[in-house]
Parts: sequence; C-alpha cells; structure tokens
Amino acid sequence: MSDYFDINAPHIAVKDLIMAYGDFVLQRNLTFTIRRGEIFIIMGGSGCGKSTLLKHLIGLKKPARGEIYFHGRNYWQAEEGDREKITRTFGVLYQGGALWSSLTLAENIALPLEEYTELSARQIRKIAALKLALVGLKGFEDYYPAQISGGMVKRAGLARAMALDPEILFFDEPSAGLDPISSRLLDDLILQLRDSLGATIVVVTHELASIFAIADNSVFLDAAAGTMIAAGDPKSLLAEATDPVVRNFLTRGGSLADGRPAAIGEGC
Amino acid sequence: MLQFSRPEAGRLVISLLGNWREGGDYPPFAAVQNQLEQSPAPLHIAFDCSGLTGWNSVLITFLIDIIDYAQRHGIAVERESLPPGIAGLLKLAYAVPERAGARQEEVRPTLMERLGQAVYGLWISTAEVLSFIGEATAACGRLFRGRVRFRRRELLVIIQESGIQALPIVSLISVLVGLILAFVGSIQLSMFGAQIYIANLVGIGIFRQMGAIMTGVIMAGRTGAAFAAQLGTMQTTEEIDALKTLGIPPMDYLVLPRMIALFLMMPLLCLYADFMGVLGGFIVGVTMLDLNFLEYYHQTTGAIRLNDMWVGLFMSAVFGVLIAAIGCLRGLQCERSAAAVGKATTSAVVTAIVAIVIATAAITVLCNILGI
Repeated sequence: MSDYFDINAPHIAVKDLIMAYGDFVLQRNLTFTIRRGEIFIIMGGSGCGKSTLLKHLIGLKKPARGEIYFHGRNYWQAEEGDREKITRTFGVLYQGGALWSSLTLAENIALPLEEYTELSARQIRKIAALKLALVGLKGFEDYYPAQISGGMVKRAGLARAMALDPEILFFDEPSAGLDPISSRLLDDLILQLRDSLGATIVVVTHELASIFAIADNSVFLDAAAGTMIAAGDPKSLLAEATDPVVRNFLTRGGSLADGRPAAIGEGC
Repeated sequence: MLQFSRPEAGRLVISLLGNWREGGDYPPFAAVQNQLEQSPAPLHIAFDCSGLTGWNSVLITFLIDIIDYAQRHGIAVERESLPPGIAGLLKLAYAVPERAGARQEEVRPTLMERLGQAVYGLWISTAEVLSFIGEATAACGRLFRGRVRFRRRELLVIIQESGIQALPIVSLISVLVGLILAFVGSIQLSMFGAQIYIANLVGIGIFRQMGAIMTGVIMAGRTGAAFAAQLGTMQTTEEIDALKTLGIPPMDYLVLPRMIALFLMMPLLCLYADFMGVLGGFIVGVTMLDLNFLEYYHQTTGAIRLNDMWVGLFMSAVFGVLIAAIGCLRGLQCERSAAAVGKATTSAVVTAIVAIVIATAAITVLCNILGI
C-alpha cells in the first residue's frame, strides 16, 4: 500500500468541505488535517453536524462541495476500486454498535475477515476470539447481540471495527448511553489501542471528560455559525480560546439566566 | 378558586384559592380578562396565594395567559407575590425566548404546487426503482460469474423461513380456496346436472391461476413484509451502514439471497398449494355432491393439462422475485425511525399485491396470445 499512498501527506485532510441535506447547508468551509497516530475529536453542541461530518469521512455521504484526502488521495475522485481500497483501511464503531443482529459476536467479527482474507475458518475463529478478548469479552463468542448489555454491544462493535486491523478507527459518540465507569474504561481502551496499533483515531463526542482524557487535536463545529469556530488541542483551547461558545462548551459554562441560552439543543 | 380585589386604584389583586390539583372546573381566563378590561384599567397585577393549597400545570398555563395578556397591554405583573415553585417554573418558561422562524406556519400549497410535488415525487421514486432494478441485475450478473459474497447459511435460513415454515398457512388457505371454488361452482353446475365438471373447474382454476395467486398473496403478507421490516430495522440500527463501510454491498449480501430463496421456494409452494386446492375441491365433490371417488380423480387428471401447471409455476416464480425485490427495496428505502419501518412494511405488502395482480394480467394476456 505504501506505493499507493503518499505516507508523508497527512493521514486525513479535509479541504473546503460543505455539508448539506438537499438545499439546507449544515456546515461550510471545513478545513482541517489529521496526522497519523493522532486522536482527533470532532466536537460541538447537539445537532451541529458532528455525526454528519463523520458520515462524510467514512464515505457514506458525498460532500456537497469540497475534498477529502486520505494520505494525499482524493477519496471522491478516486476510481471505485481505489475508493474501496481506502474504505477497507477504516474501522467504524457506530453509535448503537450496529452489530448484525442475526449473527453471533464471533460471526460479526468473522464476516469482514471472510470477505477480504484467505484465512481458514479456524484462523478466523481464533482472530475473532482475540479481538473479543482485546475488548474484554473473552468467552462471549457465541452470544447474539440481543443477549448482551449495551456497554458490551459497544465493545463488541469496537472488536468488529478492529477486525481488519484498520489504519483509521472512527468512533461515533462512543460514550453515549454508557455509565461513567464504562465510558472511562472505553477511553482507556482507545488510548491503548492507539499506542499498540498505531492507528489514527477519529472520535465524535461531546463528553468533556473523554475529550480532555484522550484528545491530541480537535475541531469544534457550531450550529449557529454554520462552520468550525475552533481547532487544536482541547487543553490549549481551554486555556486560550476567546470565543464564548467554545469557552462555555469546554467549561460547562453558561446558564439559563445569562450567556446564550438559545445554544441549548440548537439543532437541525 | 379565584377572587379579585382592588385595594387601591390601578392595582388588581388576584387571589388564588383552594386546591387546583383536584381537577374539576378550573376558572376560565375570560374571568380575569373581564376584570382587566373594567375601568379604571389596572396598571399592576399582584397575586395573593395565601389560600392556595395545591397546584398543577393548569395553574401555570392560566398564569401564562395572564402574563401574556399583561405584556401585550403594558400592565406590570408582580411575579414575586407567587410561591417560589410557581415563580421558578414561570421563569424557566420565559427563560429562552421563542426563536424567530421556529414556529411552523401552516402552509397550504396550491393545486399546481401539489401537482408538481406529486409528479416530482413520482419521478424520484421511479428513478429509485430503476436504479434498484439495475443494481439487482448487476448483482445477478455477479452471481453467475461466481463473484457474489453472501453466506450460504444465510440463504438456507431464509429458505427455511420462507419455504418450509409457510407450509401450514399455505395448506389452510389453499384447501379453503378449493372448497369455496367447488362450493360456488356446484350451485350453478348442479342446475344442469353437471356436478362432475366441478373437478374441471377446480382443477384448472387452481393449477393455472388460483394456486399461484394465493401463494403470492400469502407470501407478500408473510415474507415480503418480513423482508421490509428486517431491512428497515437494519437501516435504523445502522447495520446496513456497517455493511457499506466494510465494502460489502447490501445488494449482494441481503437482497440477492432473499430473491434467490423466494425464486426457488415459490414454485414449490405453488405446486403444493395446487394439490391442496384440488384436495379441497375433492372434499366438497365427494362428501356433498356424492360424486364417486375414482370418477372425480379421473375427471381431474383428464382436465388438467401439463401446460396449465407450467403456467402456474412460471407465474409463481415471477411473483417470488417481485415479492422479494419489493420487500427489500422498501426496507432499504426506509428512513431511520420506528414509524418509518411500519410504513415500509405496509408499502411492501401493498406494492407487492398490486404487482402480483398486474403480473397475473400480463402473463394471462401473453398466454392467450401464445395460445398456451
């Protein structure tokens, strides 16, 4: 793959991206880069287009305008075969886990392996067991997604996302619906995975504790402004940001009585 | 529950009394409005809540009516005189001002607008159907070149669910349809003493048309609906997105096995339904019309030509593909909510039944022209 991609280019680069649903423009002028091995956070209030931006990054939604590059390759202008090749370097953890409910956990992990590798059924089974063990679900191979708890579904979803040893892991609201301890454990898991796999990790979240615990870099989307209003390491944003919206977000500031009460639940 | 007093000119004190929690007759806002309109018009409104023993949201909406009226007419309201709980809720209710443009105006589109939108919608859905047919055809092409990717076990499970498990309901309906056909026919035929031709009527009717149509309708309601609901739910839980991001086309992995399963199972079910239907006619013939057992059998085998059966089986294979394709199409088109899954299911059944009727008409006309 190294001759195909330009390794020196940033892992992901977004240029002048415009996201729209029909005539309704959600966000415009999005430009940022994500370096290899970085944990990158997409943050912002509810309904600002975080999850939509993720859909653009993983190729589920075509940009209204603008480009997305992976290692210098323009995703949407690539041939379909090339695009599939890029897509195969992704692993995605969806908000609700999105495990295939008719398959057991082991089969969920095995499916992409059966599709894209020549491994024998025994080897695949072993790899599935390993991935489940990595997320702390040893022994749950033959459970169906409906038989395990929400936190376990998330972790199993992560195991599936890691099935093909992806170069980029995308997380859509990983801590949504998890209790503080599980969510903390998931953060630790993300950090460990980054360190041991060397993967680039992109996380959509508005969970402040997670953001400060794991982020290297971030972009802040604002619904009212219709674009990104801050970018950089959230810790330095906390120290330096002057924009009241960013400050309120990062400090859990603002109240009904003062500030910008209308920012609550501002959505599309 | 309500009393008014004017301790000084330009000041109205509204006394809230009793328990507003208990329900019953709440005082109307008009009573307050009456007071406010009496001259001299008050400039201040205050509340006396010493007699108030309980309250609920009705009281809050009542107070909001008063405050809104007062704001419009420049009357000051002394909210401090309210109990802290009520004052707090009122403060919350007024904390975030109404966003400009948030309220949805009722727009009544003109006839032309509605016509245009209907035509546009029709165009969009036609395009969707065409692209679905195209993708399905491409997937079939990949199937013949041995390049499709679905799990064989998945196919077998669908075959089991849509084939073998449908036998009881198919038996029941087919026998009943055979009974009904024979029963209705016997009334007319016995007028001529031609009861024996019941065997022809039931045999040809069932084998050529009714067997296929009845299994088609049963499978549209049973399996077509199930396909739409399954795929629709997978759409809402992002399972289909998960397939796409792994580069597995839902067309190959989900739609194709379902179409193959119904394409294979429908003719078998139809054949089974044919025999069950004839059995129904036989029951009526032997028990109620006193026809001889062997006589009925020979009359039936003599009446049905092999071509009748082939036409029926061909129709059922067509129905199978139609039902599976429509069920999957509606499932994949599903939006992301529980209500949308319901809509997708309804639409799958309705569309499939319409398609079955249209296909029957087309095939019947075709057979007529070809003389089959």
